[in-house]
Amino acid sequence: MRIGTLKTSYGADEALFDSSVQRGLLVLLALGAVAFPFVASPYWLFLACLCAINVASATGLNLLTGYTGLVSLGQAAFMSVGAYAVAVLEIRLGTPFLLNLLIGAALAAVIGILVGIPSLRVKGLYLAIATIAASVILHFLFSHWSLTGEARGLSMPPASLFGYVIDQPFTLYWLIMPVTCLMVLGAANLLRTRIGRAFIAIRDRDISAEVLGIPLLRYKLTSFAISSFYAGLAGGLWAYFFRVVTPESFPLVNSIFYLAAIIVGGMGTILGGILGAVFMTLVPELLKFAANWLTPIYPDALAALAPVRTIVFGGLIVGFLIFEPRGLAEIWRRVRRFFHLWPFRT
Amino acid sequence: MSLARADMAARPILEVSGLSLAFGGLRALSDVSFTVPEEAITAVIGPNGAGKTSLFNTISGFYRPQAGSIIFAGENLQGVRAPQRAARGLARTFQNIALFRGMTVLDNIKLGRHAHMRTGVLDALLYWGRAQKEELELRAEIEERIIDFLEIQHIRDAAVGTLSYGLQKRVELARALAMRPRILMLDEPVAGMNREETEDMARFILDVKEEWGVTILMVEHDMGMVMDISDHVVVLNFGQVIASGTPREVQGNEAVIAAYLGSGDVGEIARRIKAEAA
Repeated sequence: MRIGTLKTSYGADEALFDSSVQRGLLVLLALGAVAFPFVASPYWLFLACLCAINVASATGLNLLTGYTGLVSLGQAAFMSVGAYAVAVLEIRLGTPFLLNLLIGAALAAVIGILVGIPSLRVKGLYLAIATIAASVILHFLFSHWSLTGEARGLSMPPASLFGYVIDQPFTLYWLIMPVTCLMVLGAANLLRTRIGRAFIAIRDRDISAEVLGIPLLRYKLTSFAISSFYAGLAGGLWAYFFRVVTPESFPLVNSIFYLAAIIVGGMGTILGGILGAVFMTLVPELLKFAANWLTPIYPDALAALAPVRTIVFGGLIVGFLIFEPRGLAEIWRRVRRFFHLWPFRT
Repeated sequence: MSLARADMAARPILEVSGLSLAFGGLRALSDVSFTVPEEAITAVIGPNGAGKTSLFNTISGFYRPQAGSIIFAGENLQGVRAPQRAARGLARTFQNIALFRGMTVLDNIKLGRHAHMRTGVLDALLYWGRAQKEELELRAEIEERIIDFLEIQHIRDAAVGTLSYGLQKRVELARALAMRPRILMLDEPVAGMNREETEDMARFILDVKEEWGVTILMVEHDMGMVMDISDHVVVLNFGQVIASGTPREVQGNEAVIAAYLGSGDVGEIARRIKAEAA
């Protein structure tokens, strides 16, 4: 349908959404997101909030791993820093929740910078091991420190705004969804400036990045800081969402979950982080539904299919790696390209 | 001849003196001295393994020389790291193209301006005010000055990995020009090109010198091109400068002929082996 796009200014050509079809779809999506809480059940709202939190964290990891090429298995640990900071501030000081979220994210960013320091010397798997080490240290710290409630963890009061308590999925949705949207928009903006380009340059060829005047260490640490800021913010939202933070809330397997999410979604694309996180969050739930539908035919379906569900989930991920290594975002790109010329040529 | 003299007297923008570089026992450069006059084309030639690329890597700041100094626009570059050298106007291209293959041509060129931009993380996240203004100014300048000049409008949105070798070399030149270079170091700009592409590139290099007033220092094996467009030629062999001067002077130099064609002189070969062993 779209044969070509005519632009008359550089600004129009540099826009994030450069065609009217795209902008139309975006408006529809926004309207859908606004209408969603009024029609969805609390269960689906719960899932929507969880998806949004995971999108925020996966987008952060995508900046670090997908764009800067630094493999990290510490995303869940950075989330735990944000979550604990928010819980402690809410319990001890009762400061406004937006401030708590920002402090938690900033603290996670500082920890991220510290963890990122070895990245100038080590790369790939070696860096991943270094980030695992950091996760283990943080886990140990949180499960032994009295401030963070040791092994019992912390349970915290809900967020409140001028006496209005935000504790139901419906109200939490209005906190989590806008914050996530802003974070994703921020990441997309970042990538069309010199900072985003520097990240990609470091990923693709760090020697020639240096010749272009990009100081490697500074940019690698910037990437770590932004990525763990995102994780910290997502962790803070997670804390307000569940209101119980324990050392087991953010296990290492969650870090792998985020890494899998950006691989399935498409590394190095903003859309990939979104699609991957939603896919990874929703598919296990959808498989549970599938098992439910089978119950009338086969009464033991739920019990019998529980392990099968995990296998199907794993199979889907492996399938993606083999058949669509560039992820869900690539499928979306192909669909778009098809419709650019449709119906004149397919 | 008198013209050449006048050129030689021009103020040098880059002065390399007594540069020595060794990797363990291998001496890549020994006591290399030469000057690069401003707004002229200086070519470094020499047989394979003569140390030309090592010389370039030392000037860009990848290798730390054991002895000698590099003075760029009156400033000693000792202790200045590669990214800062780039910010001071020392731009270069690589022998085997060092573009970012996954990015578009436009993004590759934009990367060249990195060191001259001011956008910080917060500006970038918001893409408001300074970040937006800076990006759009850069885009306009790249389109109107660089893309137009190098005739690559048709590929600006193509991924670099899909382009032909000759075009990639041209994009790399475009990226170096976006760095606001004071001196442009080209490592084999026409290697592997056919005659037509070579002539195009030679024309671009001459135009860069004439229109942009940029000094050019290049390593090249294509003697036809070197002799046609260079103002000065420096000849390296076994890490030493064996001759320098105008193309005509160098062409007639006996040491140069011996370096390229070999000599029947047994003593010469012995001296060479000795130099290599040292």
